[in-house]
Amino acid sequence: MKKILFRSRWGVVPALALGLSYTAFAATDLTVYTAVEAEDLKKYAARFNEDHPDIKINWVRDSTGIVTAKLLAEKENPRADVIWGLAATSLLLMKGEGMLQPYTPKGLDGLDSKFRDKSDPPTWTGMDAWVAAVCVNTVESEKHNLPMPSSWKDLTNPAYKGHVAMPNPNSSGTGFLDVSSWLQMFGEEGGWAFMDQLHQNIDHYTHSGSKPCKQAARGEVAIGVSFAFRGAKSKAAGAPLEIIIPSEGIGWDMEATAIVNGTKKLDAAKTLVDWSVTEKANKMYNEGYAVIGIQRLAKPVEHFPDNIPQAMIDNNFEWAAQNRKRILAEWQKRYDSKSEPKS
Amino acid sequence: MTAKGVAISTTGPMLRRKSSSDDRAMRLFVLVIGVYLIVALAFPLYAMLSKSTLDSKGGFVGLENYLAYFNTPSLVYSIQNSLFIGFVTTSITVTIAFVLAYALTRSRMPGKAVFKTVAMIPILVPSLLPGIALIYLFGRQGLINELLFGHDIYGPIGIVIAEVFFTLPHALIIIITALSIADARLYEAATALRAGSARIFFTVTLPGVRYGLISAAFVVFTLSVTDFGAPKVIGGDFNVLATDIYKQVIGQQNFEMGAVVSVVLLIPAGLAFVVDRIVQKKQIALLSARAVPLEPSPDKKFDNLMLVYSIVVSIFIVGILGVCQFAALVKFYPYNLSLGLSNYQFDLMDGGGWASYFNSIEMASYTAVFGTILVFSGAYLVEKGQGLGPIRGTFQLLAMLPMAIPGLVLGLAYIFFFNSPSNPLNFLYHTMAILVISTITHFYTVSHLTATTALKQMDAQFESVAASLKQPFYRTFLRVTVPVCTPAILDISIYLFVNAMTTVSAVVFLYSPHTTLASVAVLNMDDAGDIAPAAAMGMMIFYTAAGVKILHYLLSRGVESRTQAWRVSVAK
Repeated sequence: MKKILFRSRWGVVPALALGLSYTAFAATDLTVYTAVEAEDLKKYAARFNEDHPDIKINWVRDSTGIVTAKLLAEKENPRADVIWGLAATSLLLMKGEGMLQPYTPKGLDGLDSKFRDKSDPPTWTGMDAWVAAVCVNTVESEKHNLPMPSSWKDLTNPAYKGHVAMPNPNSSGTGFLDVSSWLQMFGEEGGWAFMDQLHQNIDHYTHSGSKPCKQAARGEVAIGVSFAFRGAKSKAAGAPLEIIIPSEGIGWDMEATAIVNGTKKLDAAKTLVDWSVTEKANKMYNEGYAVIGIQRLAKPVEHFPDNIPQAMIDNNFEWAAQNRKRILAEWQKRYDSKSEPKS
Repeated sequence: MTAKGVAISTTGPMLRRKSSSDDRAMRLFVLVIGVYLIVALAFPLYAMLSKSTLDSKGGFVGLENYLAYFNTPSLVYSIQNSLFIGFVTTSITVTIAFVLAYALTRSRMPGKAVFKTVAMIPILVPSLLPGIALIYLFGRQGLINELLFGHDIYGPIGIVIAEVFFTLPHALIIIITALSIADARLYEAATALRAGSARIFFTVTLPGVRYGLISAAFVVFTLSVTDFGAPKVIGGDFNVLATDIYKQVIGQQNFEMGAVVSVVLLIPAGLAFVVDRIVQKKQIALLSARAVPLEPSPDKKFDNLMLVYSIVVSIFIVGILGVCQFAALVKFYPYNLSLGLSNYQFDLMDGGGWASYFNSIEMASYTAVFGTILVFSGAYLVEKGQGLGPIRGTFQLLAMLPMAIPGLVLGLAYIFFFNSPSNPLNFLYHTMAILVISTITHFYTVSHLTATTALKQMDAQFESVAASLKQPFYRTFLRVTVPVCTPAILDISIYLFVNAMTTVSAVVFLYSPHTTLASVAVLNMDDAGDIAPAAAMGMMIFYTAAGVKILHYLLSRGVESRTQAWRVSVAK
């Protein structure tokens, strides 16, 4: 008896309360799925609420691969209203599955063309580019007499054996953009051959894309294949890091925004997506990312190498999205035994 | 519906003892709690078993998933790895625990209470915490990593050390119990026969505790094979069954394969459980009514040796915690060793921030309150209820079952059962309630055993007298049974609270964005590379659990003096 009472208290009552508040006070809770770094989430919500205090954002955050898998798993019964800050390759995948609600946000024209979906009406809009980078711990490199790498191929030097960590592409968006960029730059065969060699030097693959850089920052490994944003943050926190942009070019992906098809809160979702392409939002992205949707607003970011825009490869997102599943399966077959638990 | 069914079944032959309204009410409660166990345990497990025979579209494929599993070498290696960790951990933990238990029961060294308390500390922390401490001690930047002589802490070495820390108190409790029921007359006889101390040890002491040792070994084996906190943090590329389940489900959303690995993991856990039940029964038979308690005689050399040993073990345990607290306070290890509270800014990290800490306290409180009510009422009805023999038997069996179910398996089973759109209980998914239900169920068995032990000590006459005075059973229950059993009730609630604070395994599959938990936050922060904040959160869990434990100690002393006076008078 007690059990029944107590179930209803937490199961039904909050649901009713939410429904009531939605209709009565027009204050809306939006469930927003994201892979944006945890430390930025509060800021993003607060800035948005400065303009729209009536919409409350409930974040669901995890690594890119996990959020992607979660969204795909919930396809029949979506629990997210908006996706704000997920890899464009993942959104392309969902677009293919018909999971996204097409919408043309106000102010879309201001965005650089590569940050826009070519379909009309578009299903997603870009926020900023997050780019691969290599975090090198200078103290540890010196201790182990490691040369400073300047290219991806340098990382296959046997001197680095056991000193490199990189994210597992199955769970990490950063890991996937690395793998997909190598396959695009070096060709399918050359790309796998490169990864075979690199695998010899890898100490372990991590679940998240930020962990290799954080481990390099702590000296737990000397070299972490990660992304520039993370490296800059750790450097600002006082880590003895050098952020290397490999000379062959760097993979990148967009963080992008989309409305989930079937959301019951379409108006609020549109409001959020409209806001996500404003100049104010772009300036906010620029606090952490050097390359943003409205590039003319971009100011240099502290500790970011300045050659990033030139180094970004001409990324074929359609190709990456279409081949994602195959690439990941092949990767897993070849290298998974060095993966951290929870791949 | 149920009330009607009961009413019909009680209209038996006239000669049977007339069933009062009392009995009917009681049977109704047995049914309600029985239904709880069926819904919270039996159905989810069935859902999981059937899931392991489906493909990702939901079609029946028989044993195909199992074939796929056994044809994937990397997954099958995990079985070997898990067994290896289990065997090595078991031999080390049982040895360490035996010597410590021996020191605590058979020596006259000073400070026994302190050593025993320290040895219980690992119960108060999530199993992720020793892994984090080991990274700070033996990682690439470890404080004392020279001691590993170039070996890598990430992998079996790290897992085993962490598991030894985690399992030690469990083994110690069992072995202390076994050693303290020794019969002094056997030792007197052996000494009279001029047996040397070594001979006495091997012919009297060891055989006397053999069941305790076996029982401890199986408990440690099960815990270390099913634990996933330690391998998750410190396992590196050394995959084990528990991390495989997690990896399949969270990493790849491959629920069917997760179910298959769960079934595989159920086998060692289930076996250990069966053996343990058999051995437990024999253990009780060992204690004869005429046994004389053994009083250790002083032996300076031996006592000092034991003292040194106990100090070493205590340093290991306190050291692990100390390192975590150090890690939590250091600003940027190893390059900036100044101290500060920056790692406590949980809101800037993965895992749900400070809210998850308060969620954990809320969840643990609800688990303690509702769990204790449920478990104690259930145990009362099994022990003191009239009629419904087979149902009570089934109930007893169901109550013992959770011990054999690893937390990860239970959590996964809950996803399958409660997240199914056709389940009317679907609304529970992603609520605080499902976390509480899973945690109560996960820790049901030990609580149930504590309750039944306390109830068995009460004379059945209380019920007969109350019945003859025409008192309804609930009045006896509330006025007599509950006050008399207060110490056991407090024990159960504290056990549930502490475990709800530290558990990761079942809830890791069940938390939602609004119900993130502190223990899961430790896991997620470590995953994102924020290891120092993970240590900080782990220590918050420890301080909370320890605080509640101390409160319990003070409270139970007060309660005992007020409600347990009858025991003293009986003894005198």
